[in-house]
Parts: sequence; C-alpha cells; structure tokens
Amino acid sequence: MSAVLDMPSILDSAPATPAAFPAWFAERQHAAWQRFLETPQPKRGDEPWRFSSVKQLDFAAFARPEVSATSDLVDRSVALESPVAKFVFANDTLLHSESNLPEGVVCLPLADALVSHSDLVREHFMKQETRLGSSKWTALHEAHLANGLFVYVPKNVEVAGTIEVFHWVAGENAAIFPHTLIVTGANAKVRVVDYFQSADASPGLVIAVNDLIAGPGSKLDYLAIQALNEKSKIVQVNETGAGKDASTIGFILNTGASWARNESLCRLEGEGARSDMLSVSVPARGQEYDQRTFQHHVSPGAYSDLLYKNSLYDKTRTIFSGLIFVDEGAHRTDAYQTCRNLLMSGDAEANSMPGLEINADDVKCSHGSTSCPISDEEIFYLRARGIDPARARQLIARGFSVEVIERLGDEAVEGMVLRFLDDKFAHIAGGGA
Amino acid sequence: MSYDTSTSLDADTREAIDIDRTKGDFHFPERHKFDAGRGLTEKTIDYICDVKNDPQWVREFRHKALQVFREKPMPTNWATKDLENIDFDIIRYYLSDGEKPKRSWDEVPEEVLKTFERLGIPEQERAFLAGVEAQYDSEAAYSNMKEELTKLGVIFVNSTEGLKNYEEIFRPWFGKVIPTSDNKFSALNSAVFSGGSFIYIPKGVKLKQPLQAYFRINSENFGQFERTLIIADEGAEVMYMEGCTAPKFETSTLHSAVVELVALKGAKIQYVTVQNWSSNVFNLVTKRGLAMEDAEVRWIDCNIGSRLTMKYPGVIMKGERARGEVISIALANNGQHQDTGAKMIHAANNTTSNIVSKSISVGEGRATYRGQVHIPKHLKGCKNNTECDALLINSHSRTDTYPAITVRGNQHATQHEASVSQVSEDMLFYMQQRGLSEGEAMSLAVNGFINDLVREFPMEYSVELKRLIDLEMEGSVG
Repeated sequence: MSAVLDMPSILDSAPATPAAFPAWFAERQHAAWQRFLETPQPKRGDEPWRFSSVKQLDFAAFARPEVSATSDLVDRSVALESPVAKFVFANDTLLHSESNLPEGVVCLPLADALVSHSDLVREHFMKQETRLGSSKWTALHEAHLANGLFVYVPKNVEVAGTIEVFHWVAGENAAIFPHTLIVTGANAKVRVVDYFQSADASPGLVIAVNDLIAGPGSKLDYLAIQALNEKSKIVQVNETGAGKDASTIGFILNTGASWARNESLCRLEGEGARSDMLSVSVPARGQEYDQRTFQHHVSPGAYSDLLYKNSLYDKTRTIFSGLIFVDEGAHRTDAYQTCRNLLMSGDAEANSMPGLEINADDVKCSHGSTSCPISDEEIFYLRARGIDPARARQLIARGFSVEVIERLGDEAVEGMVLRFLDDKFAHIAGGGA
Repeated sequence: MSYDTSTSLDADTREAIDIDRTKGDFHFPERHKFDAGRGLTEKTIDYICDVKNDPQWVREFRHKALQVFREKPMPTNWATKDLENIDFDIIRYYLSDGEKPKRSWDEVPEEVLKTFERLGIPEQERAFLAGVEAQYDSEAAYSNMKEELTKLGVIFVNSTEGLKNYEEIFRPWFGKVIPTSDNKFSALNSAVFSGGSFIYIPKGVKLKQPLQAYFRINSENFGQFERTLIIADEGAEVMYMEGCTAPKFETSTLHSAVVELVALKGAKIQYVTVQNWSSNVFNLVTKRGLAMEDAEVRWIDCNIGSRLTMKYPGVIMKGERARGEVISIALANNGQHQDTGAKMIHAANNTTSNIVSKSISVGEGRATYRGQVHIPKHLKGCKNNTECDALLINSHSRTDTYPAITVRGNQHATQHEASVSQVSEDMLFYMQQRGLSEGEAMSLAVNGFINDLVREFPMEYSVELKRLIDLEMEGSVG
C-alpha cells in the first residue's frame, strides 16, 4: 500500500511518452496534458453535468502502479466460449493475447500498433472533440494513454465471431486508461467486447475511450461490459462515426462501480447509415450511473435508435440525458430515443432529460421516457402461478432488461451478457435488495 | 419528400402561416406626465415609488430586488445568447400619464380609448367578459367589473390598488409563489413592477364568465413589468385571460411580467394567455401557481408573437390530490424564438400533472420546449404525463426539446413523449386530390395539428385563433 502512496497522482505530472512511440504521438500526449490543465473542472450548474454528483470527479488519490504478480488474471479472463481473438490487460499492461483472425485484419495492442502501423493509427486516433462534458477527462486519458486495442478490418473482410478485450484494474487506487480504436473498411464486419473488471476489492479508476469508425456498408458492433467492484469509478467515452449504409451497435452493460459516467456519441455521416445505441444498467445499494448520449444526424436519410433501460434498486441514482441533433439539410432522418426506468425501491432516483434539436424538416423523430414501478397486477399474476413476490420482481426486472439484450443479434454474445446480468441479480438477491 | 421541394409554394407558405400582426401595429404619440427616464438605478426605483406613492415596505422590497437583479447572472449557460442583446441601459422603466384607471370607457383619454377599440376590447367586454383591465404602458387606463361580482366580494383591481387597499390579503401571498430571487427577470420585475391585476375570489364563488386583462405597449424602448396576483379562496373558480400587443418599433422592447396564482383548497384557476407581441419584443415572463389540497391550476398558453419568448409556467402541487396542467401552443415564424415549456413540482401525495405542448416552426422560426418535472421520494401516487409535438413547415425551421424529469421512489408514474413531424407532400396531395387548394390543404393540416389544443381555449379565443390561421392560408396561394 505504501508503494502506491509514493506514486505520483495521475493529476500531478505529465507522464512521459515511451521512446518507442512515434513523435506525433508524443506531441499529441504533450498537447493533451496542456489541454487537461487548461480545461476547467466540471462544477455544479454546468449543463452537461446537470443532476451529476460532481464531487465524484476528485481523482487526485489515483496513481498508475505496475501490475505486481503475474496473478491469476489470465485464467479469470473467460467470458465467451471461443472468441476469435482475446487480449488481457492489467493496469494497461498486456498479459496475454491470442488471435485467430482472417488475413489482412490488423488487431494489435495499441502500444504495438503505434509502432508498426503508426500512420494508420494517426489517421483515426481521437479525431473528434469530446462534446458531452468529459473533455477534461478525455484529455487526461490521451495524456496517460499507454495501451489498448487497435483493430483495422480491411474492406470486404468479415470477422466471424467476437474479439474480446479484458481490462483489469489491480491494486489500491490504481487508475487505467484503456483505449479501443476500431476501423472498418467498406463492407467489412467486426464485433469487439471490452470487459472492465477489478482484480481485487480495492478502489480503482477507469478512464476509457473508444473510437469506432465504421466505413461504408460495414457492420461494427461494440460492447462494453462494466463489472468493476463497488468501490471503483469509471468514465467511459464513446465516439462512433457511421458512413454510408454502415450499421453500428454500441452496447453498455453497467452492473459494477460505485459511480459510472458513460458518454456515447454517434455521428451518422452517410445516407442509409444506421446506429443502435443500447444500454442496460442495474444499479443497487448506493451505485450511481450517469449516462449522456448524442445522436448526431449529419447526413440525410440515416436511422438511429437508442434504447436505455435502468432497473434501480435500493438507494441508487441514474441520470439519462440524451439528445437527437439533426443538422440543417439532414432530411429524411429517422431517429428514436427511449429511456425507461424501472423503480425497484422507494429510495431510488431516476433523472431523465430526453432532448431533441431539429434543424431540418421531413424528419421522423421521437423520444420517450418513462419511470415507474412494477405494477401490483404483474406481481399478482406471477404469485397466482406460485412464484413468490421477490422472485416475481426479479423475473420482471430481468425480462425488462432482456428486451435490450435481444437486440444484439448474436446468441453467444447475448448469453454472455445475460450471465453478467444474472450475476448481478444473484448478488442483489443475496445481500442487496 | 420534403415540403420544400415544391419551391413555388415555399415563399407562399412562409407568409401563409404568419399571423395577422397589422391589427396591433399602430401607436399614438407619447404624452407621459411621468417618465422614469432611461436606465435602471436606485433613483429609478425611488422615482417609481414616489409617483406611485408606494408604502415603505414596497419601497424596501423594490430596492432589495434591484440588488438581486444586479447580482444574478444572465441564464445564458442554458438559454439563448440573444438575451445578451437586451440593453438594460436604454430601456425606459416607467411611463404613465398619472391618471387613475377609469371605471367607464367614456372617461378614458381618447387616444387610449381608440387604441383599445381598435383591439376590440370594449366590444368583447360587452359580449362575454365579467371584468376588464386595460393597461397602457405602465399603468391601467381602464378597470371595471360587473357590479354583481363586487357584491359577492370579488376583488379585481390593478396591483397598485391591491397592495394599498387590500394589504391584508395581498401581502401574505405577494412574492411567495415566485420569490424575487427566482431568476434574473423575476428580480427585475420585483424592482420596477407596475400594473397587472390583483384578483381575489372569495370562498365558494364560481365566476361563470372570464376576467380579462389587456396589456398594451405604446412607447418605444419601453419595458413593461406588470405584476399579477390571483388568489382563489376555498372552492372558488375563476378564468383569467390576458392578451397583449405592441406596435413594431425600430428597436427592441422588453416585457417581463411576474404572475402568481394561489388556488386554495378545492379552488380552480384557469389562466389563458394569447401572446401576440410584435416581433421585436423580448418576452421574458415568470408564471407559477400554487395548488393546495384538491385545487387545480391550469395554464393555457398561446405564443404567437415576440422576438424571443422565454416562458415556463409552473405549478407547485402543495396539497394532496392537487392538479396542475399546462396546455401550450407556440408558433415561431422568421426571426422568432419561442422558448416555452412547463414546470411541475409535486409536493404532496397523489398529485397529478399534465403537460401538452405543440409547436409549429415556420420559415426560420425556432420553437423550443423545456420542461421540468420533479417528484420527490417521500411522496406516493404522483403522476405526470408530458407530450410535446412539433411541426416543421420549412427546411430552415428549427425545433428543440429539452425535458428534465426526476422521479424518486417507486410509488409514482411518469411518462414523456415527444415527436417531430412535417406536413408531408402526400398529405397535401391527398387533400388536393379532393379539390382543396394548396393553401387550404396546408391550413387544414396545421389546424388539424393544433385542433385538440385550440378547443381548450375559451370559445371566443379558439374561433379567433382558427380564423387567423385560416384567413392567412387562403390568401397566400394562387
């Protein structure tokens, strides 16, 4: 523990870029650190942080310890039965990798890709401005960035199966900065899952960014499974660009962390582009999930559909703030946004801010938000069939979440997500609710 | 297909849904005996107090409010930057001819009478109103109510008279629903308020006919700051309507009202606004109602005019089973921004609220909905329904929706829905097939969109509203 305390806080000094990395990246990291210093700390009253607990944003205690023992983390990194590739990181250090990918696909730890595919990474790396409030934290992420995953799928190549990436946080007050950059060429296809988990019971911090760039006609699915321990925090920022006729899925499962902030932004940049933004969160005890989304219709004739569902137990809080933004000229936009909150306790609090900004006509846009408890009739129905009330409530909450998970469109992946979800429900039944 | 693709129609439609503003676009030369001059300082406040012969507590109230106004920042962190274009130093805060409000139209100065006659106020009074107050710049020129209502104990006077003659009823509620420090513009109003109505409806009295106030701005660079307080005692019922117009001056004008409603146990207040300011008026209004046990407060709001309107009528449901409702129609044309919405604060068990908002954006107009619904966790059985629909007429029209809903605990139900649509070519084609002209078809489509809300307005207003849209549509095509 004292070893950790001696380490400099992640807020105190600019980390040195490893000499092996290209010069442009060193410049980016240097500039990012300056930006981090110059960007003011979010405070109460800032619109992107409305309803947020900004006191959660004190990250001074966190440092970047090396991962100590070559522990059992590789063995614990099991989710899907046979992933097409698998990477295991602990504190941003690669512990294990295996890959069985088609030829032409570049799938490398970011630290390697920066050296071997410098230009390709440079072309796509963090090109967009962070718009949903966490620009200070994405700057910090960029400055501290040491590893992550880079995936490039050339045109007409379809990756069957799923690439898995495990990000473990190990040690007292450890911070990690995992980055996932996925680029698909025309008509390519790929699915990547990031798992964020704690190696032990000590508090950790994850500041993760993922950049998804879907080329024309390609299919890009990205899942984030957040199952950290309940002392940890996470800021996760997603940035997706969907080209002409491209189809993307962004999914987030939140079961862990004491406090999680998700920012997801999808730009629909070509005709026929489609984006599904999905999330399931099951907070219990004192957990707080703060989710901000942005559906940016740049091009006419694109489709986006957002479905976020929260089941709130105990003294939990959720915040959902979503915006559908239709640019001038983005006619024939078809955009939907739904946030549903299932209130499982008398002490839970759900905040919803579903928003629309429409600058074009001939659009179909709608949003809906609901917050309510399970109705007595539903419980009665199940009790009449011999199911006890506690179990009945659990079943309904599970079914409520399954509606989102079923949209992932892959049985193995859906099964994996459900296992994480059921772990959480078991956890709640065991000691929480 | 976008409606815009038929370019021949575009320019026409731009005009088409525009409302007839020429009716209010005239003004008479100014003849003010009292003029507080331009800009706002302690001296302005003292001048207003002296002219109005305010009691000491009002003078203190105003001075305190001025401090709050100076300290409060502009809400530009969430609202439009257009607010920065308001120059508080060139605005004239108080203008009046020093006359007392007249009880008969015959005694009203000729020009003022002509003004209100052109706006049809005396005629409407005879036809269907229980009482009228007509405000010209800072003060009421006319104020009258049917005699039998006076006998029932109904009070309908301007705010100055209210705070002087009925202090025992007025003062306990004044500034209680909307505190001075609620926002920058409520503070401004509290500092310089003049005019507006004070209404008290005694226990169990149910007014069959509405009371009406009409607000008229006649002077350039003038700021109108009326203050209205309506108290409906237990079981009382009242409908209050306000209308407003101003001529179109070269420079912008400010209207910043504060309206407080208090509905005691079982009372009902309906507040109807048809806002048709000319398109250089900044209309920044704070309106809120307090509903006690079993009481109901309804805001029925129609915003057609102004350059920028920011108005979010609210209801605080303080007693069990209280009910709050906001029904709102907004029409945003070129150069206009209708930033409207609703605020529902549930503060007792089994309270229910309903928000229905419809907006139409024409040309480069921008309509915004902002809403807040708050249900705390110690309550149970609260329900809210929010619906916002937007209709876009042209490709440069804008619409935004920013609701915020907080629900704590598992004893409540809220639902929110919003949709955005346009008048489609198919729709117009279908109607033209059946022999309607393009203009008639457009008018029918727009009227259909707001029809269910227009019906919530009193008959005379809803007919007027529909007629305005109809007429304009017919003349526009061909």
